[in-house]
Amino acid sequence: MSKYRGNPDAIRALVRDTEVHKDTYIDQELFELEMEHLFANTWVYVGHASQVPNKGDYYTTTVGTEPVVMVRHSDDSVRVLYNRCPHKGVKVAGEVCGNTGKFFRCPYHAWTFKTDGSLLAIPLKKGYENTGFENCEASHGMAAVKNVKVYRDFVFCRLNEGGPSFEEYFGESLSTLDNMVDRSPEGKLEVAGGVLRYMHNCNWKMLVDNQTDTCHPMVAHESSAGTAVRVWNEAPEGTPKPMAVELFAPFMSPYEFFEGMGIRVWENGHGHTGVSNSIHAAYSEVPGYWDQMVAAYGEDRAKQILGDVRHNTVYWPNIMVKGPIQTLRLFKPIAADKTLVESWTFRLVGAPDKLLERTAMYNRLINAPTSVVGHDDLEMYERAQEGLHARGRDWINIGRLFDAAEKDQKNVVTNGTNEMQMRAQMRSWVKFMTESM
Amino acid sequence: MTAITEKTLTDFVYAEARMLDEQRFDDWLKLFTDDGYYWMPLAHDQQDPVLHTSLLYEDTLLLRVRIERLHGQRTFSQQPKSRCHHLLQAPSIESSDPAKGEHVVRTAFHYTETRLDKQTLYAGWTTHHLVETDGALKIRLKRVDLVNCDAAFGNIQLFM
Repeated sequence: MSKYRGNPDAIRALVRDTEVHKDTYIDQELFELEMEHLFANTWVYVGHASQVPNKGDYYTTTVGTEPVVMVRHSDDSVRVLYNRCPHKGVKVAGEVCGNTGKFFRCPYHAWTFKTDGSLLAIPLKKGYENTGFENCEASHGMAAVKNVKVYRDFVFCRLNEGGPSFEEYFGESLSTLDNMVDRSPEGKLEVAGGVLRYMHNCNWKMLVDNQTDTCHPMVAHESSAGTAVRVWNEAPEGTPKPMAVELFAPFMSPYEFFEGMGIRVWENGHGHTGVSNSIHAAYSEVPGYWDQMVAAYGEDRAKQILGDVRHNTVYWPNIMVKGPIQTLRLFKPIAADKTLVESWTFRLVGAPDKLLERTAMYNRLINAPTSVVGHDDLEMYERAQEGLHARGRDWINIGRLFDAAEKDQKNVVTNGTNEMQMRAQMRSWVKFMTESM
Repeated sequence: MTAITEKTLTDFVYAEARMLDEQRFDDWLKLFTDDGYYWMPLAHDQQDPVLHTSLLYEDTLLLRVRIERLHGQRTFSQQPKSRCHHLLQAPSIESSDPAKGEHVVRTAFHYTETRLDKQTLYAGWTTHHLVETDGALKIRLKRVDLVNCDAAFGNIQLFM
């Protein structure tokens, strides 16, 4: 007997003004409904066009839990196909990335497909004559995702045919991607530095919530960032401050800092911390970079680009972007209690290598399965995933600084410790969970 | 000063692993030179630790942070604590330059890290770049290559 399938009212009842029911984090049926509805009705990040620079280049990944392959087609456009042979179901593209030439060839029976998914050839095709093959699903080849948008080289797709356009869905939030790209003097990013993959035994939304949770760093990360600050303070006077300390130390900023830096909440669950200031604001200047930016954009515009030091931008449902440190974290849902976190980094094309060095170091220190900051966070998520099963309490509180008027407001800037972003995410969750039910 | 023999080098490697298994981290850190690094690459055959990220690439300052954190009262991911065990294959001397006092030793391992009911096995090889300073061997670089360095891991909290 399903509790939530076909029951949008039961799903709506899980999200109150300031509380969320624990089932949204622990119930496997809700997880499956998220994959069918939320991850099909929203625009979900697939990959970056720099991963497939040449015709025939492909990259395999998942959208929600759907296996897909992103491929550069013969007309130079980026296509997203379901990575599934229409014959027996085999994943056609096997490597994480590669070049397939002019067509994909299934390794099982050698059916071949053009890079837009259409069927090219079948060995011994006469065996399908007069079998009604042309009326079968298989005759259409690999299924292509129809709604694909490449925005400044970031590739998103919406699996369902109906729903908001890309522009309607993201609205003003695209300004964070713009800012990250504009930080390159050539206005171009490339995936670089390797991807860190970190398995979490917790629900994917815990990771999303944490991105704009500004009341945890000084508590949960006292053990890591706090220790880094303490060890550094013992260094002899005059020792140059290492890059690693510069990256760690701001995590220990006091509550007032996080309150003051602000949160901006857009529509549909997108939002970011760090409006007027952030933990990424005070990094040392990289020699030569400012001059390149001024040459490319002029002084005023360069100042504007580099002065925008947004902290974490959540693109609902499952990525977070850090413009000033060129990082994108992808929270890949696997099960109600399992999430693969991929942390990607980018090279600002044309900028000094020192920036990529800093980005790669940040990723290693903060986002690796060996990261002390990561250990602090994962411990909290996994304890919560287990604790939520307790019967004594059924709700998670997200009511900090709630204001009843906020539900009608758009593109709001508020106190940096407001949990309004988490509330907006869950309102978006209800909307896109129930829209196609 | 007694000459460095093959046995001196292999004994050093065994003793170093034992220090980690016995969680004598402060003693362990003293094995590194001041400019020493501990490196766990993220990519197979990785050459660049700077423009490509790694699982770990830490100088003695960052290793000190890591060790002090393990002892911390508010280190919740170590409540309860992790434990580890190294099973080493006989080390082989890859190169040795007695004149310069530099030696490279490769050691294959199975490493187990446990916490609560979870036990995780890792396999790989360690490359020690050792130097003789003031009559003692020190680690200038300890490189740990995991067979599955690019796999998705859960927490790895101690040292391999």
